[in-house]
Amino acid sequence: MWVLLGVVAVVLGFALRLNPLLTVVVAALVTGVAAAIGSGPAPAALWAGALDTLAVLGKGFRDNRYISVTWLILPLIGLLEREGLQERARTLIQRLKSATTGRLLLVYLVVRQGTAALGLTSLGGHPQMVRPLIAPMAEAAAEAQDPALPDKTRDRVKAMAAATDNVGLFFGEDIFIAIASILLIKGFLETNGIIVQPLQLSVWAIPTAVAALLIHGTRLMLLDRALKREAGR
Amino acid sequence: MIGLPILYALAGALFLVFATGSALDRTNPRRWGNSVFWGLFAASFLVGDRLPDAVNGALLVAMALVAGVNLMGRGQPAPQADRAERAARWGNRLFLPALIPPAVTLLGTLTLKGVEIGGRPLVDPRQVTLVSLGFGIVLATAVALAMFRASPAVAVREGRRLMDQVGWAGLLPQALAALGAVFVAAEVGDVIGALAGDWLPLHGPLAAVIAYCLGMPLFTAVMGNAFAAFPVMTAAIALPLIVGKYGGDPAIVCAIGMLSGFCGTLTTPMAANFNIVPAALLELADRNGVIVAQLPTALPLLVANVVLMYAFAF
Repeated sequence: MWVLLGVVAVVLGFALRLNPLLTVVVAALVTGVAAAIGSGPAPAALWAGALDTLAVLGKGFRDNRYISVTWLILPLIGLLEREGLQERARTLIQRLKSATTGRLLLVYLVVRQGTAALGLTSLGGHPQMVRPLIAPMAEAAAEAQDPALPDKTRDRVKAMAAATDNVGLFFGEDIFIAIASILLIKGFLETNGIIVQPLQLSVWAIPTAVAALLIHGTRLMLLDRALKREAGR
Repeated sequence: MIGLPILYALAGALFLVFATGSALDRTNPRRWGNSVFWGLFAASFLVGDRLPDAVNGALLVAMALVAGVNLMGRGQPAPQADRAERAARWGNRLFLPALIPPAVTLLGTLTLKGVEIGGRPLVDPRQVTLVSLGFGIVLATAVALAMFRASPAVAVREGRRLMDQVGWAGLLPQALAALGAVFVAAEVGDVIGALAGDWLPLHGPLAAVIAYCLGMPLFTAVMGNAFAAFPVMTAAIALPLIVGKYGGDPAIVCAIGMLSGFCGTLTTPMAANFNIVPAALLELADRNGVIVAQLPTALPLLVANVVLMYAFAF
């Protein structure tokens, strides 16, 4: 039970808006020390628990360095932005008279979901797609309706662009049979003596994918209406 | 064999350059904090394999302290005024380098897996996608440098400008994965799973479905990752009750259960690479802006999952 103190530390840290990185490290140490309480609260044991935890944390940190390799893309994105990539994306959208923020993001949602369902999850993403292309396009479409777009609305449009990438990815990728989550489910069921084929699992990702498309798509259309209303004021 | 080490060497070199550039950047009032932070990150990539686990942990703690006591700032590079003219000059050719990384990743993933040279695989078979992505990025950067006749110094300066905008949030996804490892070692998941099994009302198939479909996102929100929540919640609720006692179809239950967890991923700052990093990249005023935008999608979708599972699993 004591180990749940680490979870409490996470929740408190985020609720109090402390620095998330520091919150995570403190929560890890709290978890490790709390786990050591079980074998007696002697200071020496707690100290040993903290050191052990530091080692587990360090190993986890080292083993997961591959996650941060994606930052290698930043010089490329920076170079392209310097040559006007965001401006070009805006120009393209401004030329399409029928383009609105909601319609643009709806098209992106369908494309992102569809390509993720084919296993092409690396075709989107925040550093390489949303920041340089999708968010500026969504902003430009909103500006076409309201040249004096307030900062708050601008942030809402950008946040919706990021949200659309996430929703499309999450509720598309499971339709692909060789994605990590499908393999995890298959492996987990196998160790519990239940044999399922990946196709059985991925087929049952389709109803939720359709629901996600309907729900998020509706919200994008409502966003258009809200933007229009606000522009009229 | 080409594998992660070469990517880590590349990343280490890049962060080392960021650290040096930060130290020399007089437009950043807190340049030394940035320099130490990216320098420590570079050390983790370059020599992390040769350091004891506890020292790797100490690296992370030191970085968290630099970020946590607010020692990091941002350079103020002179704004570049001629972007619109440059964009007009390049036209749609600008998109070309941006398309190279995904195209190469796709091509590499499809073709490199079985390639052998002298009986040894050319690319580490477990890391084909990442290696292809890394190669695609290097190739695209080289193409862009040639196309724009820019020097590599410009590329790393532009890269550091973006990295400064992301700041400590760029480390958060990896730090959260490390926290996940600590949670696993301390068996936090098992404790939560046992609690869920003991305390949730689980009488009847509908109650069990609701408990599972809500337990998955809640636990995912805590761990930041549906993969961590899935084995625990499925072993605690889905297998013994929904499948075992009430005869639900395990494939349907598990597929929809996992997607219920994904709804939780949309709601939590713990899923930093999806929710916190983009807020930093897009320079949103509210760090949780992306989560706020996602809640009205995640909650109805969760209800839809309950309905789908209850309707089709039995």
